Amino acid sequence: MKSFIKYISDIFSGVASLLKGMRVTGKYFFSPRAIVTQQYPENRHKKGKKKLEMFDRFKGEVIMPHSENNQHKCTACGICENNCPNGTIEVISVMNIGEDGKKKRALDKHIYRLSMCSFCALCVKTCPSKALAFSQEFEHAVFDRKKLIKILNKPGSTLMKGIE
Amino acid sequence: MQDFKFNIYDLSSFTHWVDVSLYSYCTPFWAMMWEMIIIGVAMLLFYAVIGLFLVYAERKVCAFMQNRIGPNRVGPYGFIQTVADLVKLLMKELVIIRKSDKFLFYLAPFIVIIVNFMTMAAIPFAKGIHAIDFNIGVLYIMAISSMGVIGVLIAGWSSNNKFSMIGAMRSGAQIVSYELSVGFSLITMCVLAGSMQLSTIVEGQSECWYIFQGHIPAIIAFVIFLIAGTAETNRGPFDLAEAESELTAGYHTEYSGISFAFFYLAEYINMFIIASIAATVFWGGWMPFHISGLAGFNNIMDFIPPFIWYIGKTFVIIWIMMWFKWTFPRLRIDQLLTLEWKYLLPINLVNIILMALIVLMGWHF
Amino acid sequence: MSEEISSVVDIDQQEYIINIGPQHPSTHGVLRFVVSLQGEVVKSLQPHIGYIHRGIEKMCENLTYQQIIHLTDRMDYLSAHTNNEAVCLCVEKALGIEVPERVKYIRTILDELTRLASHQLWWCSFGMDLGGQTCYFYGLRDREKILDIFEETCGARLLLSYNTPGGLMWDIHPNFQKRIKEFIKYFRKKLPEYDAILTGNVIMHQRTEDIGILSLEDAISYGITGPTARASGFSCDVRKRYPYSAYDKADFKEIIYTKGDTFHRYQARMDEMWESMKILEQLVDNIPEGDFTAKMKPVIKLPEGEYYQRVESARGELGVFIVSKGEKYPYRMKFRSPNFCNLAIMNKLTSNFKIADLIAISGSLDLVIPDIDR
Ligand code: SF4
Ligand code: SF4
Repeated sequence: MKSFIKYISDIFSGVASLLKGMRVTGKYFFSPRAIVTQQYPENRHKKGKKKLEMFDRFKGEVIMPHSENNQHKCTACGICENNCPNGTIEVISVMNIGEDGKKKRALDKHIYRLSMCSFCALCVKTCPSKALAFSQEFEHAVFDRKKLIKILNKPGSTLMKGIE
Repeated sequence: MQDFKFNIYDLSSFTHWVDVSLYSYCTPFWAMMWEMIIIGVAMLLFYAVIGLFLVYAERKVCAFMQNRIGPNRVGPYGFIQTVADLVKLLMKELVIIRKSDKFLFYLAPFIVIIVNFMTMAAIPFAKGIHAIDFNIGVLYIMAISSMGVIGVLIAGWSSNNKFSMIGAMRSGAQIVSYELSVGFSLITMCVLAGSMQLSTIVEGQSECWYIFQGHIPAIIAFVIFLIAGTAETNRGPFDLAEAESELTAGYHTEYSGISFAFFYLAEYINMFIIASIAATVFWGGWMPFHISGLAGFNNIMDFIPPFIWYIGKTFVIIWIMMWFKWTFPRLRIDQLLTLEWKYLLPINLVNIILMALIVLMGWHF
Repeated sequence: MSEEISSVVDIDQQEYIINIGPQHPSTHGVLRFVVSLQGEVVKSLQPHIGYIHRGIEKMCENLTYQQIIHLTDRMDYLSAHTNNEAVCLCVEKALGIEVPERVKYIRTILDELTRLASHQLWWCSFGMDLGGQTCYFYGLRDREKILDIFEETCGARLLLSYNTPGGLMWDIHPNFQKRIKEFIKYFRKKLPEYDAILTGNVIMHQRTEDIGILSLEDAISYGITGPTARASGFSCDVRKRYPYSAYDKADFKEIIYTKGDTFHRYQARMDEMWESMKILEQLVDNIPEGDFTAKMKPVIKLPEGEYYQRVESARGELGVFIVSKGEKYPYRMKFRSPNFCNLAIMNKLTSNFKIADLIAISGSLDLVIPDIDR
């Protein structure tokens, strides 16, 4: 008799536990407001609540900010190159003769290989003149791997005044 | 020749008209042939449309239950997504497995599909839309629908894959046991209906659906039928034969392209068939919802065409089955058998006796 | 003749060997089990590892201590912050620096957030292993909120690289505390839903109870740690026993269960989520003011010697062992990864259970494959 009661109560408690789960899914079925899907390519430009915005600290790719006069802050010291664990960065410098006749090192090319970057932020953090930064760009897909090798300083750019 | 009146509430005059006009133009043999072809083509179309729609519906339903949107790219609300998928599957390569039993390997999906068609023939879709009206319709459906497992077994055996084999064996054990429950719960209703002919069963529910007429035992039978029916279609918490997280894809692991699509569609059509049997036997098939005594209400209900009633009821049941699937974790094989032999079967047997008692004493409505 | 003899084999002796993995939906990575079956029953199981071996320990020998941090992210990627912290703590211990209180608090908070995120992902993939696919989306939905917190402060969602020997890369975002409080409020409502949909479910109960029982002796002798061992009654929480960072400031329970079956392993993790939220609530308002990093020289050279530091990652005890010869690179670096030890018990746990149980057991161990292979 006891086992029979257990048999019956097993059925009821089992069904009750199943109904509990069904209540959760059923509730969500009828509450379309709970939908969390972001419709990706559309929400890039859309205005409103679901617009896709990256946080300003997001480590998308390393860039070198330039001022409006096409000036950057990189002194070509090579610290970022040394600090990068993956050999992502290559700094190519040239020796310029300054106005005062002294030789001065200047940046020729700051090569950044996006395909090898692991976004550890060491280069950005250790750069003594704060010449590097992260952009929030995250759509990195390209058809040719060569396009991932980027030259961060813009053509014709010069060193910002007052940075040694 | 008779006058043709197209009446959406009673399509039997339409089918009768087709029948009579065919026989008046051709010899009986050819008339028969033409009828078969017409029905076959209609079924094929219906099959494809329903299959594709159900795949779409399943995706949407599960998406909403999971806080997602689901397909929304191809067509408005992603409506023709499944068509696009079908086109993709049609164009895909049929991978030939070197050491498989090729004949059986390609035969298996057809067995599953043919079984589906044979079952669909006996389902009353609306008044007058009913390919064959056997006097043992319920028995016929039960007998045929369980034959689909042969296709599954053959698929698992012939593809020479260990995962497929395990899946097929599981499915064998599963269907053999759950067939009993499906049968018994339908028999419970046959006791109430006093007939096995599906058209009679539907007509018998014109006043009140059987699930209300038979109250307690009918509701128990309905629940058992839903559970066992879900198990029979290899879906939801009972998808042991596929058991995607255990056996990758179970019995259809090795299938690709259109032969995979056959299995995939067959799963949905099976669900549709189980749901339509449930709708027919328990919820009155195409019969509108009537409350005896409320003539005005009944008239409004009569206003909705029978086919809509039928499809609506079927989809509600399908939705419940999807609800099961997207809520519960999968059962293990021994739990599956315990559920059947320890719970469903004894309850079912008691239920039949209860129903017989109720019918004898006239305690039903 | 010899063929004839070999064909007369007792059917019970015959093995039916299947490969579960390296590409299998529920090994969660490139892990391969070679399983010998008898019908549905698992007779023996051999894990094959090394499919994602990258030689992280060897690579570390050519990297400075700051650079090593970003590699440890890629071991147990679900508790990236804990891995970072372990290396940092070890280096700080070797140098004998005391990091500011603020750093300690922030590290602890991030630790617990990592644990929560990791357990959420574990929960949803465990649900999916059992066949309940909806769990997966609920877990991910809530984990997204934590990842947003990470992204706002650390700049990355998964591989944070936020620690550096001596402190943190930069200070926390002004929204940090607010967001955490919002999250806790949100998640306290959602966690009971997890229980409703999976924990209380009768199917799930029957599939996990008395399955894969890990005895206390086995747990200790195999070196099992983390929630897996605590479900067998092995009190091994590093946070309690050897408190690091700000864990001594927080008041929390060590979750101990005794039976050691799959269900208790499950329950231990579920309870840990509640505890983590408790820790977060205690710490989040009390982050002291101060610097986000201690004064460090740009080139770190550890004094000659051997150093070991352990932390509690989401899966168990993570140990970092550094041998230094006084240079700026470590001479030898060794990680004691919890997953590697937890994997070793698989054969013992699964034998004589069914395939479905094998999946449930491996899900309940919460293995992260890159951490095993390193
Ligand atoms: S980016 Fe900064 S660290 Fe790198 S070379 Fe230029 S100034 Fe030096
Ligand atoms: S983020 Fe790290 S890996 Fe990338 S360029 Fe900077 S230092 Fe190198």
